[in-house]
Amino acid sequence: MSITPTNLRIVSTLKKHSMASLIEKGLRIDGRRLDEFREITIIPNYIAKAEGSAYVKVGGTVVIAGLKVGVGSPFPDTPNDGVITVNAEFVPFASPTFEPGPPDENAIELARVIDRSIRELRVIDLSKLAIIPGEKVYILWLDIYVFDHDGNLLDASMLAAMTTLLVAKIPKAEVKEDKNVELNKEDKASLPINNKVVTVTIGKVNNKLIVDPTVDEEQILECKLAVSISEDGRIAGMQKMGTGIFTEEEILEAISLAKNASKTLFSKINEAIKKAQ
Amino acid sequence: MPVHVQHRQIVVPGQLLAEGKDVEVKSQHTIYRVGDKLYSAVIGLAEVQNNRVNVIALEGFYFPKVDDVVIGIIIDLGLTSWTVDIRAPYTAVLHANDALNKPFNPLKDDLRRYFDIGDLLVAKISVFDRTRNPILTVRGKGLGKITKGKIVEIVPSRVPRLIGKKGSMINMIKEETKCQITVGLNGRVWIVGSSPLHEEVAILAIKKVERETHTTGLTDRVRAFIREELKMRGITK
Amino acid sequence: MKSESIKLIDEKGLRIDGRKPDELRPVIMEVGVLKNADGSAYVQQGNTKVIAAVYGPREIHPKHLTLPDRAILRTRYHMVPYSTDERKSPAPTRREIELSKVIREALEAVIFVELYPRTTIDVFIEVIQADAGTRTAGIMAASLALADAGIPMRDLVAAVAVGKVNGQLVLDINQLEDEYGEADMPIAMMPSLGKIVLLQLNGVLTEEEFKKALELAKKGIMKLYEYEQQALKKKYVEIKPEEV
Repeated sequence: MSITPTNLRIVSTLKKHSMASLIEKGLRIDGRRLDEFREITIIPNYIAKAEGSAYVKVGGTVVIAGLKVGVGSPFPDTPNDGVITVNAEFVPFASPTFEPGPPDENAIELARVIDRSIRELRVIDLSKLAIIPGEKVYILWLDIYVFDHDGNLLDASMLAAMTTLLVAKIPKAEVKEDKNVELNKEDKASLPINNKVVTVTIGKVNNKLIVDPTVDEEQILECKLAVSISEDGRIAGMQKMGTGIFTEEEILEAISLAKNASKTLFSKINEAIKKAQ
Repeated sequence: MPVHVQHRQIVVPGQLLAEGKDVEVKSQHTIYRVGDKLYSAVIGLAEVQNNRVNVIALEGFYFPKVDDVVIGIIIDLGLTSWTVDIRAPYTAVLHANDALNKPFNPLKDDLRRYFDIGDLLVAKISVFDRTRNPILTVRGKGLGKITKGKIVEIVPSRVPRLIGKKGSMINMIKEETKCQITVGLNGRVWIVGSSPLHEEVAILAIKKVERETHTTGLTDRVRAFIREELKMRGITK
Repeated sequence: MKSESIKLIDEKGLRIDGRKPDELRPVIMEVGVLKNADGSAYVQQGNTKVIAAVYGPREIHPKHLTLPDRAILRTRYHMVPYSTDERKSPAPTRREIELSKVIREALEAVIFVELYPRTTIDVFIEVIQADAGTRTAGIMAASLALADAGIPMRDLVAAVAVGKVNGQLVLDINQLEDEYGEADMPIAMMPSLGKIVLLQLNGVLTEEEFKKALELAKKGIMKLYEYEQQALKKKYVEIKPEEV
């Protein structure tokens, strides 16, 4: 059951007013324009023991994603495809309002939005990840952990997820007797990647749209629209979040803002990967 | 002021009623305004008169108001007060001081002696605001425990129709069925008749009013209905 | 969405169930179908069947779960185990958790929650048969149930899912079109006010396709809105004063 949240962090009314009135004038409290992202840091391969990983910091938000690889059975309706599962957790110390326990509806929503964007765009060519078609395939576990919440967890998580997939090195599968499969960690190859995707979250305040809201700005937003954009500018997913409403014009404007902002995100990913090589 | 609905038309949530800055709005719960436009917030009957537009809800619960007379059921006991169900989003409180004519000492006395769980009472709402639950009193004329007769429940928003203009409908029913009837504004009605058959006819009449709230000529039809039902039961006036 | 291609639109431009691309499935809507709930409704679109029930506004304990200046909403979207081809476990799945959230958030925009501080309004949606479009049918059933309960709202909510099959946009997708199509976009609106309360896209669309999909959805939504209004009024129009 989904319940109206009642444990939200308190932002003083004074601060809410000053944020809102600045936004009316086209500025944010941290000096950004309405359509600008905060400073982004991406460190690929942050965790050596994972088959792929990335540390991402957007403003004060910190997310680390990791990929682990195994072997297992395919889904019955896609017997020749590998399997990827995306999970997200909001670590309790990431925010005074996070409680320990299984992922709540926000973490589940975040993981599923990221999963859908990756899956629908066929970011990974899963058909190339079958080992014994119909019986044994690669299983990819993509786990996204939020370690510090300064707003816009989704975009930071998507950056971490995408970077992880791009730098991941998968051990080669060797089929032994009796169809046993062993993974050879000495012989690794990249994942078969077809496409790149990022998400851009747009928040609405008093009929103005802002890109990459901070955790304080999220307290004054009416609602958000997360738009997933592929590198070739197609919409690969959308999710309206929050309890307010959007008009049609606002949705179209948000998509346009997202397409523009996505260019920054793609160049950050490409830069980071290049630097790491 | 362009009005888009007719008097006594059935309207639904989101239906545009009228436009104009000078339109008067009575109710807070059934109509809302966006700029110049007035919309219905519920399923109800539109009332259009000169410059006033109102919507009478056809469905819904009772929302407490100070000074309303209501019929409640005791559902819980505290140390010095009872919790009362009044068919509202909030349960009501009846303090011992507002129920008894003498001071109540919980060490020497038991609340159950006066009202026990399941007891019915006629009460008045003495205090209610957004920050706390309604507070009742049974000290006053016509208020107190109900010990005989029958209770019938109707949709609270239809109570005004049951009462009628200046009591016309309810007085007619009382007269024709020879019953004492107390209408709680929370949609509970208390009937005491000279016989169970009288009470039965009164209940049927009340249910008929509830069902046909949105129609015209109801008072006459209900009167005729009551006479027919009394005749059928072998009771002559 | 599966990767094999299936022919979902034939040479005459008709879909596998014979519909035209901009045609809705047959709709049945009934209000006040449950005795106990404060408000309830049944919505059927094609083979998708959902029931929604509302309780409230009412108090809950513990009181600290409520808010001092408005009602909270509790919303549960759930599919019964026998609603799908393969039995679905009764435990809440991640999908049901996500959909409960997006439906709750949509309803929060619609209900005048500030009128009932320190209470909860409970909305329960059960999908009894699933043939795609369950969340859109569910949110329509919920809004009818809320109206039936007499809870003040800004508007009824009308909702539909637009899909893309074999490169073409289609209105009100069924399960096959959902599984084998290239996109699935559920959208819910308050039609009188032109406001969007729920919007998701699962799949890939260009910006142009998205604009066309939005137009197609609006057409379907206006039709469904009419059906909802009729369903609410039906209860009263049918009661003809008895002739005495």
